Amino acid sequence: MGILEVKGVNKNFGGLKALDDVNLDVQEGTVHAIIGPNGAGKSTLLNALIAKLEPDTGTISFNGKSLLGLQAHEINQIGVCRVFQTPEIFPDLSVLDNVMIPAFAKHQGSFRLNPFAAVDADAEVTERAHEVLEDVGLTPRKDFEAGSLSRGDKRRLELAMALAQDPKLLLLDEPTAGMSRADTNNTISLLKHIGETRGITKVVIEHDMHVVFSLADTISVMAQGHVIVEGKPEEIKGNPKVQDAYLGGAHL
Amino acid sequence: MFGLKQKDATLFLVVVAITALAPFLLNPFPENSELAQFNAGYPDLMQRFMIFGIFAIGFNILFGLTGYLSFGHAAFLGVGSYAGVWMLKLLSMNIIPAIIVSVVVAGVFSLIVGYISLRRSGIYFSILTLAFAQMSFALAYSVLTPITGGETGLQLALDDPRIFGVAQTADGSIPLTNFFGLEMRDGIEIAAGPWLFTLNVGYYLSAIVMLASFYVAIRIFRSPFGMMLKAVKSNQQRMNYTGINPKPYTLAAFVISGMYAGLAGGLMVAMDPLAGAERMQWTASGEVVLMTILGGAGTLVGPLLGAGVIKYFENIFSKINDNILYEWFSFMPGGLQDFFVTIIYPFIGKGWHLTLGIMFMLVVIFLPGGIVEGGKRLGRLFSRKKAEGGGSDATPAASPAE
Ligand SMILES: Nc1ncnc2c1ncn2[C@@H]1O[C@H](COP(=O)(O)OP(=O)(O)OP(=O)(O)O)[C@@H](O)[C@H]1O
Ligand SMILES: [Mg+2]
Repeated sequence: MGILEVKGVNKNFGGLKALDDVNLDVQEGTVHAIIGPNGAGKSTLLNALIAKLEPDTGTISFNGKSLLGLQAHEINQIGVCRVFQTPEIFPDLSVLDNVMIPAFAKHQGSFRLNPFAAVDADAEVTERAHEVLEDVGLTPRKDFEAGSLSRGDKRRLELAMALAQDPKLLLLDEPTAGMSRADTNNTISLLKHIGETRGITKVVIEHDMHVVFSLADTISVMAQGHVIVEGKPEEIKGNPKVQDAYLGGAHL
Repeated sequence: MFGLKQKDATLFLVVVAITALAPFLLNPFPENSELAQFNAGYPDLMQRFMIFGIFAIGFNILFGLTGYLSFGHAAFLGVGSYAGVWMLKLLSMNIIPAIIVSVVVAGVFSLIVGYISLRRSGIYFSILTLAFAQMSFALAYSVLTPITGGETGLQLALDDPRIFGVAQTADGSIPLTNFFGLEMRDGIEIAAGPWLFTLNVGYYLSAIVMLASFYVAIRIFRSPFGMMLKAVKSNQQRMNYTGINPKPYTLAAFVISGMYAGLAGGLMVAMDPLAGAERMQWTASGEVVLMTILGGAGTLVGPLLGAGVIKYFENIFSKINDNILYEWFSFMPGGLQDFFVTIIYPFIGKGWHLTLGIMFMLVVIFLPGGIVEGGKRLGRLFSRKKAEGGGSDATPAASPAE
């Protein structure tokens, strides 16, 4: 049984079938890639996983426990964390504060009334925040306002925010989009590294096939809201259905 | 120092020094000089600086940090005032229990109002808080008259059933508010040459309470709790996906700011033991919004400065009349004198709102960060000039985030 199980999930937007009977079975400790053309429903699937939207039908369970009906912060607190496709940071706060917040969430829960504590009183939190900034290479920018970062740096901050929480399941929505080749390679090795040291299960949405094939253990291909093929990278590479879905737009 | 970082501790000490010396600093003009009317160092006004300072500091914890704009905070000040007067009537003329009860009652009331209003955000939240406040205002005037005294307001009477203390003093008058025997009206007057300074018990007590409130606000600003409140303002949606539940944070901020308002209300009746419904009117709620924005929302001292400026204008500018203007321009030939008086007249006396309104608009348009931002810009200008002149290396930093 997988750590994440998605069964028969449907979601309609008006007449559009954004998710059409989606099934997904993610094994613990693996990297599961989801690929597919634009508008295939990949981000929508992640939205359903973190209660950003409610599926019309179907079940979603994490570690055997249903995620449906839980609030977003509760899902996050049990270890499911997402890196957004378009950076969703706290633009008015410093880069350091942006990672302190998830570190606090991890160590102090979803709410704590501590108006008299010093921000740096909890050494574990402070340490974790600095550690993840170091991991993604943002330490020199830690005192900058997050909103002033370049797009690539914002993406790295997004990743650091998720890592600060030490998630069990990390959902990455195009983590390398908009990054230079060098940054992309750094991100790949970082993701590999945290996979090995922390054993985090990952679901990665990616258009960059270089990233997909260097990370993924399993690949699901989505098109028009449906998972059309699932398999090992080498099985996917030559699959004619996949070629069709991309209408020759991707180099597999 | 005091659990504050160097920069905050310095700021706090500066504010302590200024409040301690305010009776002198605010009375720079000799007693009988023409400019004496600009003196603000009299107890009544200085107490108001402190009380509205507290109100604005608390309001800033909600509005400045979380960005939730309440248009009904005067209701908490009003409720606190009523509760305070009732304590003075029923319990004792000692102001401490009155102030404590004011804070508690305002806290409970703000918990209810906040719980309901915070179901919405943005303009809908503002409208809900406004509705609550106007409802309280209307109720205080009508059905709640037995508790609030209706239009006459709630006052002390000669037959109050005071449990600890007397209903009347030996000479048949209402006893005075006091702090364990120390009466709020007490004080000493110091005459130094033509100058006259008043050191008043009520003022110094208000000052101590204000400083304590200010200190607590600094601690809140610098705590993880405060960080979460800033995150609410910056990107509330994102908090949910970061494992934080923003709702209890905003509610806590709402209640804390409600308690600050209650504290201000309690202190108000401690200085002058009466309460009226007009304290809850929307104009009063709007005033604290103006104070906070004028001074600088989200900054530490901004609300204090804003409260000071507005109360100064309200009390000093409103007292200038056309006779005084004629005197000022008496050195001019008659026609010119009339001309200037006619031009300036609409901005003074009853027209002080016009001056305030124009000032507010200028600040919002040209200095969105308020007075504090203005001060910072001046400081930067000054340090740059110094750097250029001395050829030193004190170039302005590349503005990392606070
Ligand atoms: N909240 C929404 N309301 C209406 N339609 C939506 C909503 N969210 C997504 N859609 C639509 O659902 C479809 C799937 O969108 P989704 O963002 O999941 O695609 P995607 O696979 O992530 O594409 P991309 O690779 O471009 O990110 C698209 O047609 C999109 O327009
Ligand atoms: Mg997408």
